[in-house]
Amino acid sequence: MTATEALLQLTRDGLFCPAGRFWIDPWRPVERAVLTHAHADHARPGSERYLAAAEGELVLRRRLGPEARIEAVPYGAEVDRDGVRVSLHPAGHVLGSAQVRLEHRGQVCVVSGDYKAAADPTCAVFEPVACHHFVTESTFGLPVFRWPETAEVVDELHAWWRGNQEQGKASLLYAYALGKAQRLLASIDPSIGPIWTHGAVENLVEDYRGAGVPLPPTRRVSEAPDGTDWSRALVVAPPSAHATPWMRRFGALSTAFASGWMALRGTRRRRSVDRGFVLSDHADWGALIGAIEQTGAQRVWVTHGYREPLVRWLEEAGLEARAIAARFESEGDDR
Amino acid sequence: MKAFAALYNRLDSTTKTNEKVAAMADYFERARPADAAWALWFLSGGRPKRLIASGRLRQWAAVAAGIPDWLFEECYDAVGDLAETIALLVPAAPQPNEDPLHLWVEERLLGLRALEEDELRERLLAAWAELDRRQLFVWNKLITGALRVGVSKRLAVRALASVARVDAATLTHRLAGNWRPTAAAYEALFSADTSDADLSRPYPFFLAHPLEGEPAALGAHDDWQAEWKWDGIRAQVVRRGGRVFLWSRGEELVTESFPEVAESARLLPDGCVIDGELMAWKDGGPLPFAVLQRRLGRKKPGPKILADAPAALVAYDLLEWRGEDYRSRPLGERRSRLTGLLDSLPATDRVLASPVVAAADWAELEAARLAARERSAEGLMLKRLSSAYGVGRRRGDWWKWKLDPFTLDAVLIYAQRGHGRRASLYTDYTFGVWHEGKLVPIAKAYSGLTDAEIRRVDRFVRRHTTDRFGPVRAVEPELVFEIAFEGIRESKRHKSGIALRFPRMARWRDDKKPKEADTLDAARALLQAPAPARDEGR
Repeated sequence: MTATEALLQLTRDGLFCPAGRFWIDPWRPVERAVLTHAHADHARPGSERYLAAAEGELVLRRRLGPEARIEAVPYGAEVDRDGVRVSLHPAGHVLGSAQVRLEHRGQVCVVSGDYKAAADPTCAVFEPVACHHFVTESTFGLPVFRWPETAEVVDELHAWWRGNQEQGKASLLYAYALGKAQRLLASIDPSIGPIWTHGAVENLVEDYRGAGVPLPPTRRVSEAPDGTDWSRALVVAPPSAHATPWMRRFGALSTAFASGWMALRGTRRRRSVDRGFVLSDHADWGALIGAIEQTGAQRVWVTHGYREPLVRWLEEAGLEARAIAARFESEGDDR
Repeated sequence: MKAFAALYNRLDSTTKTNEKVAAMADYFERARPADAAWALWFLSGGRPKRLIASGRLRQWAAVAAGIPDWLFEECYDAVGDLAETIALLVPAAPQPNEDPLHLWVEERLLGLRALEEDELRERLLAAWAELDRRQLFVWNKLITGALRVGVSKRLAVRALASVARVDAATLTHRLAGNWRPTAAAYEALFSADTSDADLSRPYPFFLAHPLEGEPAALGAHDDWQAEWKWDGIRAQVVRRGGRVFLWSRGEELVTESFPEVAESARLLPDGCVIDGELMAWKDGGPLPFAVLQRRLGRKKPGPKILADAPAALVAYDLLEWRGEDYRSRPLGERRSRLTGLLDSLPATDRVLASPVVAAADWAELEAARLAARERSAEGLMLKRLSSAYGVGRRRGDWWKWKLDPFTLDAVLIYAQRGHGRRASLYTDYTFGVWHEGKLVPIAKAYSGLTDAEIRRVDRFVRRHTTDRFGPVRAVEPELVFEIAFEGIRESKRHKSGIALRFPRMARWRDDKKPKEADTLDAARALLQAPAPARDEGR
């Protein structure tokens, strides 16, 4: 077994650092957990202690509950765990998302969690961290995924909103409640019309504001008085609200979904929304390859997504690459 | 090309028929005739003969994209649509070419035909380099065949009718046969003098509703005419002005595809329109639908297929007689005219009356219905004897009283990703039944589940894969589905020795364990069954 493998192992509860006796994003409750971010497939409740980035403490607490013991550290600060030096570095995925850097006896491992390279006004930008061994996601690990400029997508979104207003239709925009929704809110022009939110989105909007992220004024749909005119409104809701009685109140409306999956016509049509906006909080193919190169790592573990193609690509580029299992695997339509 | 790509995008961003029609109408309003002609041709389902083998196309696209072949195949597998995969992978032109559609089609696309491989490759790579991403997709759709954007000839004609101020039936008539997409031919569609089309115009088809509940609720049985519900293609034969026109329910003119029927129809007197069912028919009886299927899509059937799969029009109704619209007269009167007319014709078995099923009471009719399958019929039609021949689908006077489908409980054994809107989800399934302790594949089915159920099965497939053969995954035999189907026959081409007709998933039997699924013997027993088992406590 080589030195970095000793530093990081895949166990039945997820990635484990034996020297430091802690798990990273464990799949089941453990004694000591280090978390990359607050999405449900990474932050599972029930562990005794958590280490996470200070920037995301509020949103994480909403996921883990008020009782959870969370040690929140600033990006870049080093923590010692039984001789393993642990530090967290921005992953650019959502507020408080972190890459976990482990250093032990001169060997450096980085577990990226989910990440993106594009700028996002609601979280710290991705920081490349040099290492020997890099663990990367691969949600969009195929070259067909190539994100357009965010500004272009936001322009399209504005045009869609204004177009709906002209036709007297409400604009119902589906976005993942943690991260994507706030990124959209921070990117759009609030002078176009009133902005309303679904409760699941608004709770996290409050946490973001609490963490000091400026967001435009929003109002909860559930608090709208009877007879509210929705025809000029933008309503931001989680995808699970689609085709439920909840959306009936808006009358005439146009629906849209903001996700990296909207890059594919098939997923766009299957969602049966009127519009798809290609906006992802994950790295596209080019950004994945770029990020892996920048680390200088010789060993790469690939999880979560199109693992096999990315592994083969890296092997053909001369790296030692391996696909590792992710516990919570799905098509991931909501990302 | 730019305007057509924009139209495609508009069509693709809505599922609403009216919005699709409006998008096409806007396009026709603005497009120049030379371009509109090609747009109409493609939107109506026209496709160039295969220009490039798919394997070549994939290789060259991988080269243009600068990726290895295996990675291209991975991408294709995830996207599920070749035209789209290529459009997402090859570099898009920052300054796209502005040539109009007709130039792209006539000079580039049709020019690809019969080129040597090197030349073909060069032209194709050059074309890709001149298009932006949206145009790339549409161009790839054009060179690979079908547009698949949820429009049909009928919708394209409806859109054009609103622009041309010529009614849809006239346009359909003008577009029938070998219509060439030229500017002149397009402009001729707009002619206000419709006498050319009046002669051929069929009547709108009157359709029946499925009967729910007991027929006795319809009143006295002798107020009703019962006929076999044939499993063919609904059609009208129009005999006017010394000519014969055969229309299918899809509002398509199919006269030339069924020459033997057209020839017999020439024996009918002028000024007469008959509604009936196109069937494969031999020795006084129907052949299975599969035989008729071989005739579909053939513009000019050859002598061999005419002998193997002869067609007939089995007549239900008389809509026009001696030039007079008969539709408001009672069915009883129309029916006796029809039989009188067909009896008086010289001997022909290519236009014949569909027999009336006589019965003393509802119970006898019920018995006849259960025996329908012996006659290759799907059940009975019940039509009120006093009823007019209406328009569209109206409740009350006409009912279809179909047999319940056959069903078997089978186990999911293989899954494959779907195409189009189901690409990247495992939606295409193979089911097995037990035979000597093993599961033998018996049917493939794609439809019948809700989107939520599909997502659940997709997750199951991903987590319970036991083996992979190319795009196909073998899965642990755990999920049981009730498969419904319309017919069953012996087949040497299938491992199980039988083939099912129209199999689909009727229900997810999550109450059943795989061991409780049906056996091949149980399936084979249905080969002899005249009618499906009914009411087994379900």
